[in-house]
Amino acid sequence: MSHETASFQKKDIMRVFWVLTAITAVEFIIALAIPTSFMSKDIKNFLYIALTILKAFYIVAYFMHLKFEKINLIYSILLPLVFIIGVIAALMNESNYWSIVR
Amino acid sequence: MFSTTAMTDKKNVWDGGAEPYGASYGKLMMWFFLLSDAFSFSALLLAYAALRFSAPSWPVPDDVFAAIPFVHGNHFPLVFVGIMTFILIASSVTMVLAVEAGHRGAKSEVVKWMFWTIIGGIAFLSCQAWEWTHLHHDGAWWGSNPFLNADGTPGMVNFTNLFFTITGFHGFHVFSGLILNIIVLFMTMAGVFDRRGTYETIEKVGLYWHFVDLVWVFVFTFFYLI
Repeated sequence: MSHETASFQKKDIMRVFWVLTAITAVEFIIALAIPTSFMSKDIKNFLYIALTILKAFYIVAYFMHLKFEKINLIYSILLPLVFIIGVIAALMNESNYWSIVR
Repeated sequence: MFSTTAMTDKKNVWDGGAEPYGASYGKLMMWFFLLSDAFSFSALLLAYAALRFSAPSWPVPDDVFAAIPFVHGNHFPLVFVGIMTFILIASSVTMVLAVEAGHRGAKSEVVKWMFWTIIGGIAFLSCQAWEWTHLHHDGAWWGSNPFLNADGTPGMVNFTNLFFTITGFHGFHVFSGLILNIIVLFMTMAGVFDRRGTYETIEKVGLYWHFVDLVWVFVFTFFYLI
C-alpha cells in the first residue's frame, strides 16, 4: 500500500516539526517580548490567530496527510473548516457590540 | 464534454465496492467523524468568543495561568502551557513516524513510535491534571472564579466555566485517544496488522491523535494568548 507517501520521508516529518516549533516560538516572542506600546493587543491577537491557522494547516496537510489525498476529499474537509474560522472571527467581532446593547 | 468512460467511472466509484476519494471506508469515516468533532469544539470556542468579548471585563490570562510545578514564585506566564504544547506536538510527530513505519511494515519501529506517542499522551494528561489541581486549590471551579477581572471587579464566572469545560472536553479526547493508542499498540505487538497485511489502523488512529493536537493548538491560542 505504498502510494504517494514514498515522497514523504522521515526528514520531511522532522522538517514540519521544526516549522511548527518555530511558529510557536514566534507566538511566544510576540506574547512575552514585544511590549504593547510597540504592537497593540489587537494586532497581536490577529497575528496569534493567523499563526495558529498556519500551524493548523501544516498539521492537517502533512501530519494528517491531507495534502496527498484526492482534491475532492481536501475540499470536503477544508471548506467547512474555513467557514468555522470565519464564524469565530465574526462572533468575536459581533460580541463587542453586545456589551453596548446589554 | 463528457466521454462515456468518465460517466461509467463516476457510476462505478459511488455504486459500492470501490473507494470514493481514493480512501478506504474506515479512513473516510474517520475524517468525517473528525469534521463533526471539529464542529463540536468550534461551538464551544464560539461560545467562548461570544461570552468573552461581550463581557464588560474578563480576567487577564497572564495573571491566571502563571505557575509551573515544582517552582515556587508565581509569575511565569505561558511557560507551563508552552511545555504542554510542545509535548503534544512531539507526540504527534512520533505518531506520524509510527504511521510511516507502518507503511513499510516495520513492526518493531511501529511499536517503538506508538510507545513514545503514548508516553507523550500520558505526560500531557498529567500536566493538564496538575493545572486543574493547581487552579482548583486557588478556588477555581465550575461556578467559582477567585481571580479578578482586568478592571479589578470580581472575576466573571464564565471564565472558569468555559476553561474547565473546554479543556475538560479536550482532555477527555486526549484520554480516549490514549486508550485507542494503547489498544492499537497491543494489536501491533500481537501481529494483527502483519496478518492483515496493512497498518492502516495506525493511520486512522493517527488521524484522531493529530486532531486532538490540532484542537489543543486552537485552545492554547484562544485561552492563553488572546
